[in-house]
Amino acid sequence: MSMLAVRDLEVRYGGILAVKGVSLHVDEGELVCLIGANGAGKSSTLRALSGLAENAKGGVIYQERDIAARPAFERARAGLALVPEGRGIFAQLSVDENLLMGAYMRRDSGINADRDDVFALFPRLRERRSQTGGTLSGGEQQMLALGRALMSRPKLLMLDEPSMGLAPLVVRRIFEVIRDINARGVTVLLVEQNAKAALELATRAYVMESGRITLEGEARALLNDPKVREAYLGESVAP
Amino acid sequence: MKANVQSKGNALLPAWRNRPLGVALVVLALLALPFVLAGAGTAWVRITNLAILFVLLSLGLNIVVGFAGLLDLGYIAFYAVGAYVYALLASPHFGIHWPFWAILPIGALVAALFGVLLGAPTLKLRGDYLAIVTLGFGEIVRIFLNNLGSPVNITNGPRGINRIDPVTIGDLNFARTDSFFGLAFSGPVKYYYLLLAMLVVVIFINLRLQNSRIGRAWEAVREDEIAARAMGIDTTRIKLLAFAMGASFGGVAGGMFSAMQGFISPESFVLVESVMVLAMVVLGGMGNIWGVILGALLLSFLPPILRFTVQPLQEYFFGRMLVEPEVIRMLIFGFALVLVMGFRPGGLWPAAVRKRSFSGSGGGAHD
Repeated sequence: MSMLAVRDLEVRYGGILAVKGVSLHVDEGELVCLIGANGAGKSSTLRALSGLAENAKGGVIYQERDIAARPAFERARAGLALVPEGRGIFAQLSVDENLLMGAYMRRDSGINADRDDVFALFPRLRERRSQTGGTLSGGEQQMLALGRALMSRPKLLMLDEPSMGLAPLVVRRIFEVIRDINARGVTVLLVEQNAKAALELATRAYVMESGRITLEGEARALLNDPKVREAYLGESVAP
Repeated sequence: MKANVQSKGNALLPAWRNRPLGVALVVLALLALPFVLAGAGTAWVRITNLAILFVLLSLGLNIVVGFAGLLDLGYIAFYAVGAYVYALLASPHFGIHWPFWAILPIGALVAALFGVLLGAPTLKLRGDYLAIVTLGFGEIVRIFLNNLGSPVNITNGPRGINRIDPVTIGDLNFARTDSFFGLAFSGPVKYYYLLLAMLVVVIFINLRLQNSRIGRAWEAVREDEIAARAMGIDTTRIKLLAFAMGASFGGVAGGMFSAMQGFISPESFVLVESVMVLAMVVLGGMGNIWGVILGALLLSFLPPILRFTVQPLQEYFFGRMLVEPEVIRMLIFGFALVLVMGFRPGGLWPAAVRKRSFSGSGGGAHD
């Protein structure tokens, strides 16, 4: 079943067209990644999907509903969670408060249990629960951003460059958790510059270049594609 | 809801409960204060009343600036709106004489409406840009009040509105002196008790707001608006709510100002007043209710204290007055602001980083 279907998405910043007609789809339970170089329009695409881009055009069908005109907070309430680029931690709030903000729109009684789940995934956050978000290390902030998004019980989790600026060991842990989350039934759309790690994790992938999707397919197939290997995995392919 | 929120703000109330003697002493001191002050002259009771008005204003502005992080340089406009609503509905100007308990809510409502009016076009602005627009808004309101005297006389222009009705509750007229239990209650003393009661209510509302769902949404907007929207917070509504709530406190304070003074004119609502209220919030400690109260009291009492000390001191030491109290006031004021911002950037009594934690059971505090 289709979780998200995007058709001819365009995002404009001033006079510049950053996303030039992107179409992609994510099925329920999938882990799809969107890779590409810096400035390819990946983050703009994700911002548009979560309703945060000002000038976005095109069709966004989420769970068979057209949400293209809906504001960001409504999309979030419908289970479409974004872990924004740069993490967007509430710096003056404690780890606990940040997690609580993630559950802002929930009114059920499972919030404590979910918080314990997040702590089980990232024991470091439990140790730092009363520290403010701003005092955490980059890796811990990324864990917090991920945990906070999970607190909303998302149906579709969208991650914008979760590996950015993090040590390899931390990246590995974050990616393990993303895999776990997906295995539990949360559909994931992952935007990454770290193409190798993303392709190894994902089921399907899209490659984006200057605002357009240039390649798509099974992640494993793309991992062995000579063009991808040369452009994104830094390997020189013998002619 | 299972998740309960505990914070320092909330914990204050139980802390008071554990010290009944201390609370009783503070209450007694506050109740006896006007009679002690009256010994030094009724002027001091009036000064205290004005100080409480500024505490009310600062608490209102603190919602906008401290909680929601929206810099507002035209806050005094809402004070003006409240004051004029009261003046127009309780003075011979239109011959309307409504009771104060009917006008104050109307003033709060009209001020809230003006708050939304200011908030709506500025939703996408932050920081300096928002400050400039709000500054302009404050001036627009004042200039309107100044010019709405003709062709249709609504505000009586720069001459202001005179003979505004004092507060009356039943037969109790706040402009006259009554005696109860053998004690003489002058007008200012009665206003003191009324303002004190209002202050308690406003502080209570503020404490509740800060620890509510709305308070947390304000904090989120202040910290990171994009992330707040991604959390499912309707940032448009939550920002307008901050403007409206802050404005309504200003409106109530303005109404009381009208009733106490008996005369208002646009001159009372100039830009410097907005700056002064903002300085009270910043100096005291943005976002901390108790800090804001401290800041408002300090800056309200500084000028009269100087007025009563500077001249005699100079005459004692130099035989004549060399520097005007007003000059010294601005000097001390500026110097204090520089010092506080340099050494205590969070204000004299900064907002503690609150350690909220979930507790396993109990009623939800955040709904």
